[in-house]
Amino acid sequence: MHISEGVLSGPVLLTGGALAAAGTAVGLKKLDYERLPRAGLLAAAFFVASLVHVPIGPASVHLILNGIVGLMLGWGAFPAIVVALVLQGVLFQYGGLTTLGVNTLIMAAPAVVCYYLFGPLVHRRRPVAIAAAFACGFASTLLGAGVAGAALMFTEENFLEVTLLLISTHVPIMVIEGLITVFCVAFLLKVQPELLPGFKMTLDEAATGKDIHDT
Amino acid sequence: MIAEPLAHGDTFIYRIDPRLRVIAAAVFSCTVAVFESFTALSLACAAALALLLVAGLDRKAVGRRLMVVFGFLALLWLLLPLTYEGALMARMGPIPLYREGVALAGRITLKSLAIIAVFTALAATMPIGTLGQTLGRLRVPDKLVYLLLMCYRYIFVIEQEYQRLMTAMKIRGFRPRTRLHTYRSYAYLVGMLFVRAAARADRVHQAMRCRGFNGRFHSLATFPAHPVNRWFALVAASVMIALLGLEWRG
Repeated sequence: MHISEGVLSGPVLLTGGALAAAGTAVGLKKLDYERLPRAGLLAAAFFVASLVHVPIGPASVHLILNGIVGLMLGWGAFPAIVVALVLQGVLFQYGGLTTLGVNTLIMAAPAVVCYYLFGPLVHRRRPVAIAAAFACGFASTLLGAGVAGAALMFTEENFLEVTLLLISTHVPIMVIEGLITVFCVAFLLKVQPELLPGFKMTLDEAATGKDIHDT
Repeated sequence: MIAEPLAHGDTFIYRIDPRLRVIAAAVFSCTVAVFESFTALSLACAAALALLLVAGLDRKAVGRRLMVVFGFLALLWLLLPLTYEGALMARMGPIPLYREGVALAGRITLKSLAIIAVFTALAATMPIGTLGQTLGRLRVPDKLVYLLLMCYRYIFVIEQEYQRLMTAMKIRGFRPRTRLHTYRSYAYLVGMLFVRAAARADRVHQAMRCRGFNGRFHSLATFPAHPVNRWFALVAASVMIALLGLEWRG
Protein backbone atom coordinates (compact mmCIF):
# COMPACT_ATOMS: atom_id res chain seq x y z
CA MET A 1 0.00 0.00 0.00
CA HIS A 2 2.07 2.86 -1.30
CA ILE A 3 1.08 6.22 -2.67
CA SER A 4 3.39 7.14 -5.52
CA GLU A 5 5.38 10.31 -6.00
CA GLY A 6 3.71 13.26 -7.62
CA VAL A 7 0.10 12.42 -6.75
CA LEU A 8 -0.59 14.23 -3.49
CA SER A 9 -0.89 17.97 -2.95
CA GLY A 10 1.59 20.04 -0.93
CA PRO A 11 -0.54 20.47 2.21
CA VAL A 12 -1.31 16.72 2.35
CA LEU A 13 2.38 15.83 1.94
CA LEU A 14 3.29 18.34 4.63
CA THR A 15 0.64 17.11 7.08
CA GLY A 16 1.65 13.50 6.47
CA GLY A 17 5.30 14.36 6.97
CA ALA A 18 4.62 16.27 10.19
CA LEU A 19 2.44 13.52 11.69
CA ALA A 20 4.94 10.82 10.72
CA ALA A 21 7.79 12.85 12.21
CA ALA A 22 5.84 13.29 15.46
CA GLY A 23 5.06 9.55 15.60
CA THR A 24 8.69 8.71 14.90
CA ALA A 25 9.84 11.08 17.64
CA VAL A 26 7.51 9.41 20.15
CA GLY A 27 8.65 5.98 18.97
CA LEU A 28 12.34 6.86 19.30
CA LYS A 29 11.74 8.30 22.74
CA LYS A 30 10.12 5.05 23.86
CA LEU A 31 12.91 2.88 22.43
CA ASP A 32 15.98 3.05 24.65
CA TYR A 33 19.36 1.74 23.52
CA GLU A 34 18.58 -1.61 25.15
CA ARG A 35 15.58 -2.16 22.90
CA LEU A 36 16.93 -0.58 19.72
CA PRO A 37 18.77 -3.64 18.36
CA ARG A 38 15.63 -5.68 18.63
CA ALA A 39 13.59 -3.01 16.88
CA GLY A 40 16.24 -2.84 14.14
CA LEU A 41 16.18 -6.57 13.53
CA LEU A 42 12.40 -6.76 13.69
CA ALA A 43 12.33 -3.95 11.11
CA ALA A 44 14.65 -6.06 8.96
CA ALA A 45 12.38 -9.10 9.40
CA PHE A 46 9.37 -6.94 8.52
CA PHE A 47 11.21 -5.78 5.38
CA VAL A 48 11.95 -9.36 4.31
CA ALA A 49 8.49 -10.67 5.24
CA SER A 50 6.88 -7.99 3.08
CA LEU A 51 8.65 -9.60 0.10
CA VAL A 52 6.70 -12.84 0.72
CA HIS A 53 3.96 -13.30 -1.85
CA VAL A 54 0.98 -15.43 -0.89
CA PRO A 55 -1.32 -16.82 -3.56
CA ILE A 56 -4.92 -15.72 -3.81
CA GLY A 57 -6.74 -17.46 -6.63
CA PRO A 58 -4.70 -17.00 -9.82
CA ALA A 59 -2.93 -13.87 -8.50
CA SER A 60 -0.71 -13.26 -5.51
CA VAL A 61 -0.34 -10.46 -2.99
CA HIS A 62 2.56 -9.52 -0.80
CA LEU A 63 2.18 -9.42 2.95
CA ILE A 64 1.98 -6.09 4.78
CA LEU A 65 2.08 -7.29 8.40
CA ASN A 66 1.90 -3.82 9.96
CA GLY A 67 -0.63 -5.12 12.50
CA ILE A 68 1.74 -7.66 13.96
CA VAL A 69 4.63 -5.19 13.85
CA GLY A 70 2.43 -2.84 15.87
CA LEU A 71 1.75 -5.60 18.44
CA MET A 72 5.45 -6.29 18.81
CA LEU A 73 6.80 -2.74 18.81
CA GLY A 74 3.99 -0.37 19.84
CA TRP A 75 5.03 3.21 19.08
CA GLY A 76 8.36 1.78 17.96
CA ALA A 77 6.50 0.74 14.79
CA PHE A 78 6.89 4.32 13.51
CA PRO A 79 10.72 4.43 13.40
CA ALA A 80 10.87 0.77 12.31
CA ILE A 81 8.54 1.42 9.37
CA VAL A 82 10.31 4.66 8.36
CA VAL A 83 13.57 2.76 8.21
CA ALA A 84 12.07 -0.12 6.22
CA LEU A 85 10.52 2.35 3.76
CA VAL A 86 13.81 4.23 3.30
CA LEU A 87 15.50 0.93 2.50
CA GLN A 88 12.73 -0.05 0.08
CA GLY A 89 13.03 3.33 -1.61
CA VAL A 90 16.78 3.13 -2.02
CA LEU A 91 16.91 -0.55 -2.97
CA PHE A 92 13.80 -1.01 -5.13
CA GLN A 93 12.25 2.36 -5.78
CA TYR A 94 8.92 1.76 -4.08
CA GLY A 95 8.03 5.31 -3.11
CA GLY A 96 10.52 8.09 -2.68
CA LEU A 97 11.36 11.10 -0.63
CA THR A 98 8.32 13.38 -0.61
CA THR A 99 5.83 10.60 0.09
CA LEU A 100 7.91 9.05 2.88
CA GLY A 101 5.83 10.77 5.56
CA VAL A 102 2.44 9.83 4.15
CA ASN A 103 3.48 6.26 3.40
CA THR A 104 4.87 5.88 6.92
CA LEU A 105 1.61 7.16 8.34
CA ILE A 106 -0.40 4.72 6.18
CA MET A 107 1.31 1.74 7.78
CA ALA A 108 2.47 2.94 11.19
CA ALA A 109 -0.64 4.78 12.44
CA PRO A 110 -2.82 1.63 12.11
CA ALA A 111 -0.03 -0.37 13.76
CA VAL A 112 -0.12 1.86 16.86
CA VAL A 113 -3.94 1.87 16.94
CA CYS A 114 -3.95 -1.94 16.77
CA TYR A 115 -1.36 -2.10 19.53
CA TYR A 116 -3.68 -0.23 21.89
CA LEU A 117 -6.92 -1.93 20.75
CA PHE A 118 -5.80 -5.56 20.48
CA GLY A 119 -2.52 -5.73 22.39
CA PRO A 120 -4.22 -6.30 25.78
CA LEU A 121 -6.37 -9.12 24.33
CA VAL A 122 -3.82 -11.51 22.84
CA HIS A 123 -2.93 -13.18 26.14
CA ARG A 124 -6.59 -13.81 27.06
CA ARG A 125 -8.53 -17.04 26.51
CA ARG A 126 -8.03 -18.71 23.15
CA PRO A 127 -11.24 -17.60 21.36
CA VAL A 128 -10.69 -13.99 22.46
CA ALA A 129 -7.07 -14.09 21.35
CA ILE A 130 -7.99 -15.55 17.95
CA ALA A 131 -10.69 -12.93 17.36
CA ALA A 132 -8.36 -10.13 18.48
CA ALA A 133 -5.56 -11.33 16.22
CA PHE A 134 -7.85 -11.56 13.20
CA ALA A 135 -9.28 -8.12 13.93
CA CYS A 136 -5.74 -6.78 14.30
CA GLY A 137 -4.62 -7.99 10.87
CA PHE A 138 -7.90 -6.98 9.23
CA ALA A 139 -8.12 -3.56 10.84
CA SER A 140 -4.48 -2.64 10.26
CA THR A 141 -4.98 -3.06 6.50
CA LEU A 142 -8.42 -1.42 6.53
CA LEU A 143 -7.17 1.61 8.48
CA GLY A 144 -4.13 1.83 6.20
CA ALA A 145 -6.38 1.91 3.13
CA GLY A 146 -8.49 4.49 4.98
CA VAL A 147 -5.51 6.76 5.63
CA ALA A 148 -4.38 6.38 2.01
CA GLY A 149 -7.93 7.15 0.85
CA ALA A 150 -8.10 10.23 3.10
CA ALA A 151 -4.78 11.48 1.68
CA LEU A 152 -6.18 11.10 -1.85
CA MET A 153 -9.51 12.72 -1.00
CA PHE A 154 -7.89 15.74 0.69
CA THR A 155 -5.79 16.19 -2.45
CA GLU A 156 -8.67 15.98 -4.93
CA GLU A 157 -12.33 15.40 -4.25
CA ASN A 158 -12.48 13.84 -7.69
CA PHE A 159 -10.30 10.98 -6.47
CA LEU A 160 -13.45 9.34 -5.04
CA GLU A 161 -13.46 6.51 -7.61
CA VAL A 162 -9.76 5.87 -7.08
CA THR A 163 -10.27 5.77 -3.32
CA LEU A 164 -13.21 3.39 -3.52
CA LEU A 165 -11.24 1.17 -5.90
CA LEU A 166 -8.30 1.24 -3.49
CA ILE A 167 -10.40 0.18 -0.51
CA SER A 168 -12.46 -2.44 -2.33
CA THR A 169 -9.44 -4.12 -3.91
CA HIS A 170 -7.90 -4.35 -0.45
CA VAL A 171 -10.78 -6.37 1.06
CA PRO A 172 -9.25 -9.76 0.13
CA ILE A 173 -5.90 -8.53 1.43
CA MET A 174 -7.57 -7.59 4.73
CA VAL A 175 -8.90 -11.13 5.10
CA ILE A 176 -5.51 -12.66 4.28
CA GLU A 177 -3.73 -10.30 6.68
CA GLY A 178 -6.28 -11.28 9.33
CA LEU A 179 -5.68 -15.00 8.81
CA ILE A 180 -1.90 -14.64 8.70
CA THR A 181 -2.00 -12.56 11.90
CA VAL A 182 -4.10 -15.23 13.67
CA PHE A 183 -1.63 -17.99 12.84
CA CYS A 184 1.37 -15.79 13.47
CA VAL A 185 0.08 -14.73 16.91
CA ALA A 186 -0.75 -18.37 17.74
CA PHE A 187 2.80 -19.31 16.74
CA LEU A 188 4.39 -16.54 18.80
CA LEU A 189 2.21 -17.43 21.82
CA LYS A 190 3.60 -20.95 21.68
CA VAL A 191 7.20 -20.15 20.83
CA GLN A 192 8.03 -16.78 22.31
CA PRO A 193 5.08 -15.11 24.04
CA GLU A 194 7.24 -12.30 25.42
CA LEU A 195 7.37 -10.79 21.92
CA LEU A 196 3.68 -9.93 22.27
CA PRO A 197 2.54 -7.07 24.53
CA GLY A 198 1.32 -7.56 28.08
CA PHE A 199 3.13 -10.83 28.65
CA LYS A 200 3.77 -11.70 32.27
CA MET A 201 5.57 -14.79 33.42
CA THR A 202 3.54 -16.80 35.91
CA LEU A 203 5.04 -17.11 39.37
CA ASP A 204 5.90 -20.77 38.82
CA GLU A 205 7.89 -20.04 35.70
CA ALA A 206 9.67 -17.14 37.35
CA ALA A 207 10.51 -19.29 40.38
CA THR A 208 11.88 -22.22 38.40
CA GLY A 209 13.81 -19.79 36.21
CA LYS A 210 12.39 -21.37 33.10
CA ASP A 211 14.06 -19.58 30.26
CA ILE A 212 11.70 -18.84 27.45
CA HIS A 213 14.23 -16.64 25.72
CA ASP A 214 16.41 -19.57 24.90
CA THR A 215 15.90 -20.23 21.22
CA MET B 1 18.04 -11.75 -3.68
CA ILE B 2 18.24 -8.20 -2.38
CA ALA B 3 21.00 -6.26 -4.12
CA GLU B 4 22.30 -2.73 -4.47
CA PRO B 5 23.09 -2.59 -8.19
CA LEU B 6 23.68 1.18 -8.29
CA ALA B 7 25.60 1.66 -5.05
CA HIS B 8 29.07 1.53 -6.56
CA GLY B 9 30.36 3.08 -9.74
CA ASP B 10 32.95 5.31 -11.23
CA THR B 11 31.27 8.34 -12.77
CA PHE B 12 31.29 11.92 -11.49
CA ILE B 13 28.07 11.35 -9.52
CA TYR B 14 29.94 9.05 -7.15
CA ARG B 15 32.50 11.75 -6.42
CA ILE B 16 29.99 14.38 -5.30
CA ASP B 17 29.81 14.82 -1.53
CA PRO B 18 26.95 12.58 -0.29
CA ARG B 19 25.65 15.39 1.93
CA LEU B 20 25.33 17.64 -1.10
CA ARG B 21 23.56 14.88 -3.02
CA VAL B 22 21.04 14.20 -0.26
CA ILE B 23 20.28 17.90 0.21
CA ALA B 24 19.96 18.52 -3.54
CA ALA B 25 17.63 15.53 -3.97
CA ALA B 26 15.50 16.61 -0.99
CA VAL B 27 15.17 20.25 -2.08
CA PHE B 28 14.42 19.30 -5.68
CA SER B 29 11.82 16.65 -4.76
CA CYS B 30 9.98 18.80 -2.24
CA THR B 31 9.82 21.76 -4.60
CA VAL B 32 8.75 19.84 -7.68
CA ALA B 33 6.07 18.03 -5.66
CA VAL B 34 4.15 21.29 -5.22
CA PHE B 35 4.70 22.74 -8.73
CA GLU B 36 1.60 23.49 -10.80
CA SER B 37 2.86 25.07 -14.02
CA PHE B 38 3.32 22.73 -16.97
CA THR B 39 6.36 24.61 -18.30
CA ALA B 40 8.20 24.37 -14.98
CA LEU B 41 7.25 20.70 -14.57
CA SER B 42 8.37 19.78 -18.09
CA LEU B 43 11.69 21.52 -17.57
CA ALA B 44 12.15 19.86 -14.15
CA CYS B 45 11.43 16.48 -15.67
CA ALA B 46 13.82 17.14 -18.56
CA ALA B 47 16.56 18.28 -16.16
CA ALA B 48 16.08 15.23 -13.95
CA LEU B 49 16.18 12.80 -16.88
CA ALA B 50 19.24 14.59 -18.27
CA LEU B 51 20.96 14.16 -14.91
CA LEU B 52 20.07 10.46 -14.90
CA LEU B 53 21.47 10.15 -18.44
CA VAL B 54 24.79 11.90 -17.84
CA ALA B 55 25.21 10.03 -14.56
CA GLY B 56 26.09 6.99 -16.69
CA LEU B 57 24.51 4.39 -14.43
CA ASP B 58 23.89 0.74 -15.19
CA ARG B 59 21.07 0.94 -17.76
CA LYS B 60 19.43 -2.35 -16.82
CA ALA B 61 19.21 -1.50 -13.13
CA VAL B 62 17.80 1.96 -13.85
CA GLY B 63 15.30 0.49 -16.32
CA ARG B 64 14.09 -2.02 -13.74
CA ARG B 65 13.53 0.76 -11.21
CA LEU B 66 11.65 2.90 -13.69
CA MET B 67 9.40 -0.04 -14.68
CA VAL B 68 7.83 0.08 -11.21
CA VAL B 69 6.85 3.69 -11.88
CA PHE B 70 5.65 3.05 -15.42
CA GLY B 71 3.28 0.34 -14.18
CA PHE B 72 1.65 2.81 -11.83
CA LEU B 73 1.52 5.55 -14.46
CA ALA B 74 -0.15 3.23 -16.98
CA LEU B 75 -2.91 2.53 -14.45
CA LEU B 76 -3.26 6.27 -13.86
CA TRP B 77 -3.70 7.02 -17.57
CA LEU B 78 -6.34 4.29 -17.78
CA LEU B 79 -8.27 5.65 -14.82
CA LEU B 80 -8.03 9.43 -14.53
CA PRO B 81 -9.10 10.69 -17.99
CA LEU B 82 -12.26 8.59 -17.68
CA THR B 83 -13.30 9.31 -14.12
CA TYR B 84 -12.13 12.84 -13.41
CA GLU B 85 -15.26 14.84 -14.15
CA GLY B 86 -14.94 18.22 -15.85
CA ALA B 87 -14.96 19.63 -19.35
CA LEU B 88 -15.37 16.96 -21.99
CA MET B 89 -12.36 16.73 -24.28
CA ALA B 90 -13.24 13.91 -26.61
CA ARG B 91 -15.39 10.84 -26.78
CA MET B 92 -14.22 7.37 -27.67
CA GLY B 93 -17.46 5.63 -28.57
CA PRO B 94 -19.46 5.60 -25.33
CA ILE B 95 -16.43 6.47 -23.19
CA PRO B 96 -15.98 10.15 -22.31
CA LEU B 97 -12.51 11.66 -21.92
CA TYR B 98 -12.22 14.59 -19.51
CA ARG B 99 -9.79 17.44 -20.10
CA GLU B 100 -8.92 17.99 -16.42
CA GLY B 101 -8.28 14.28 -15.97
CA VAL B 102 -5.79 14.27 -18.83
CA ALA B 103 -4.10 17.39 -17.47
CA LEU B 104 -3.87 15.89 -13.98
CA ALA B 105 -2.49 12.60 -15.28
CA GLY B 106 0.09 14.56 -17.28
CA ARG B 107 1.12 16.58 -14.27
CA ILE B 108 1.48 13.50 -12.06
CA THR B 109 3.52 11.74 -14.75
CA LEU B 110 5.97 14.64 -15.03
CA LYS B 111 6.25 15.03 -11.27
CA SER B 112 6.82 11.39 -10.46
CA LEU B 113 9.33 10.90 -13.30
CA ALA B 114 11.27 14.00 -12.20
CA ILE B 115 11.35 13.04 -8.52
CA ILE B 116 12.24 9.43 -9.14
CA ALA B 117 14.94 10.19 -11.72
CA VAL B 118 16.66 12.59 -9.33
CA PHE B 119 16.29 10.21 -6.39
CA THR B 120 17.79 7.37 -8.44
CA ALA B 121 20.68 9.47 -9.73
CA LEU B 122 21.59 11.10 -6.42
CA ALA B 123 20.42 8.96 -3.50
CA ALA B 124 20.31 5.39 -4.81
CA THR B 125 23.92 5.76 -5.96
CA MET B 126 25.34 5.61 -2.46
CA PRO B 127 25.76 2.52 -0.29
CA ILE B 128 23.31 2.58 2.60
CA GLY B 129 26.19 2.67 5.08
CA THR B 130 27.21 6.00 3.55
CA LEU B 131 23.60 7.17 3.53
CA GLY B 132 23.40 6.46 7.27
CA GLN B 133 26.57 8.44 8.02
CA THR B 134 25.39 11.27 5.81
CA LEU B 135 22.04 11.46 7.57
CA GLY B 136 23.87 11.44 10.91
CA ARG B 137 25.96 14.43 9.85
CA LEU B 138 22.81 16.18 8.66
CA ARG B 139 21.46 15.98 12.22
CA VAL B 140 19.00 13.14 11.78
CA PRO B 141 18.55 11.69 15.32
CA ASP B 142 21.24 9.19 16.28
CA LYS B 143 18.74 6.52 17.22
CA LEU B 144 17.10 6.64 13.80
CA VAL B 145 20.46 6.34 12.05
CA TYR B 146 21.33 3.45 14.35
CA LEU B 147 18.05 1.76 13.45
CA LEU B 148 18.66 2.29 9.72
CA LEU B 149 22.19 0.86 9.83
CA MET B 150 21.14 -2.06 12.05
CA CYS B 151 18.21 -2.89 9.78
CA TYR B 152 20.35 -2.62 6.67
CA ARG B 153 23.08 -4.79 8.16
CA TYR B 154 20.62 -7.59 8.87
CA ILE B 155 18.16 -7.62 5.96
CA PHE B 156 20.61 -9.74 3.99
CA VAL B 157 21.08 -12.19 6.87
CA ILE B 158 17.35 -12.46 7.46
CA GLU B 159 16.68 -12.84 3.76
CA GLN B 160 19.06 -15.80 3.71
CA GLU B 161 17.26 -17.24 6.70
CA TYR B 162 13.99 -16.83 4.82
CA GLN B 163 15.44 -18.62 1.77
CA ARG B 164 16.65 -21.46 4.00
CA LEU B 165 13.25 -21.89 5.64
CA MET B 166 11.58 -21.73 2.23
CA THR B 167 13.91 -24.40 0.86
CA ALA B 168 13.12 -26.62 3.84
CA MET B 169 9.40 -26.18 3.18
CA LYS B 170 9.78 -26.98 -0.52
CA ILE B 171 11.78 -30.12 0.24
CA ARG B 172 8.87 -31.25 2.41
CA GLY B 173 6.57 -30.82 -0.59
CA PHE B 174 5.04 -27.43 0.20
CA ARG B 175 3.23 -25.88 -2.74
CA PRO B 176 1.48 -22.53 -2.29
CA ARG B 177 -2.26 -22.65 -3.03
CA THR B 178 -5.25 -20.57 -2.03
CA ARG B 179 -5.99 -22.49 1.12
CA LEU B 180 -5.77 -22.20 4.84
CA HIS B 181 -2.87 -24.63 5.03
CA THR B 182 -0.78 -22.34 2.83
CA TYR B 183 -1.60 -19.29 4.90
CA ARG B 184 -0.81 -21.14 8.09
CA SER B 185 2.55 -22.26 6.72
CA TYR B 186 3.46 -18.76 5.59
CA ALA B 187 2.36 -17.32 8.94
CA TYR B 188 4.59 -19.79 10.82
CA LEU B 189 7.43 -18.92 8.44
CA VAL B 190 6.98 -15.22 9.18
CA GLY B 191 6.62 -15.91 12.91
CA MET B 192 9.87 -17.88 12.80
CA LEU B 193 11.60 -14.94 11.08
CA PHE B 194 10.46 -12.65 13.89
CA VAL B 195 11.51 -15.08 16.62
CA ARG B 196 14.94 -15.61 15.10
CA ALA B 197 15.39 -11.88 14.47
CA ALA B 198 14.64 -11.15 18.14
CA ALA B 199 16.99 -13.88 19.37
CA ARG B 200 19.72 -12.69 17.03
CA ALA B 201 19.21 -9.09 18.17
CA ASP B 202 19.79 -10.12 21.79
CA ARG B 203 22.97 -12.01 20.91
CA VAL B 204 24.30 -9.20 18.72
CA HIS B 205 23.51 -6.63 21.38
CA GLN B 206 25.40 -8.60 24.01
CA ALA B 207 28.37 -8.99 21.69
CA MET B 208 28.36 -5.28 20.91
CA ARG B 209 28.19 -4.41 24.62
CA CYS B 210 31.16 -6.70 25.29
CA ARG B 211 33.14 -4.69 22.77
CA GLY B 212 32.27 -1.42 24.49
CA PHE B 213 29.51 -0.21 22.18
CA ASN B 214 27.95 2.98 23.56
CA GLY B 215 25.23 3.70 21.03
CA ARG B 216 27.20 5.37 18.25
CA PHE B 217 28.65 3.89 15.12
CA HIS B 218 31.91 5.70 14.50
CA SER B 219 32.84 6.16 10.90
CA LEU B 220 36.32 6.60 9.52
CA ALA B 221 34.99 7.69 6.14
CA THR B 222 35.65 11.29 5.24
CA PHE B 223 34.01 13.28 2.50
CA PRO B 224 36.98 14.87 0.74
CA ALA B 225 36.65 18.18 -1.07
CA HIS B 226 36.55 17.74 -4.82
CA PRO B 227 36.13 20.34 -7.58
CA VAL B 228 33.03 18.46 -8.80
CA ASN B 229 31.24 19.53 -5.60
CA ARG B 230 31.42 23.20 -6.52
CA TRP B 231 30.32 22.58 -10.11
CA PHE B 232 27.43 20.41 -9.05
CA ALA B 233 26.25 22.90 -6.42
CA LEU B 234 26.43 25.73 -8.97
CA VAL B 235 24.49 23.87 -11.67
CA ALA B 236 21.91 22.50 -9.21
CA ALA B 237 21.32 25.94 -7.71
CA SER B 238 20.89 27.61 -11.11
CA VAL B 239 18.47 24.92 -12.29
CA MET B 240 16.47 25.35 -9.08
CA ILE B 241 16.32 29.13 -9.50
CA ALA B 242 15.26 28.81 -13.14
CA LEU B 243 12.52 26.35 -12.18
CA LEU B 244 11.25 28.55 -9.35
CA GLY B 245 11.20 31.54 -11.74
CA LEU B 246 9.17 29.61 -14.30
CA GLU B 247 6.73 28.36 -11.68
CA TRP B 248 6.32 31.83 -10.19
CA ARG B 249 5.53 33.35 -13.60
CA GLY B 250 3.02 30.53 -14.08
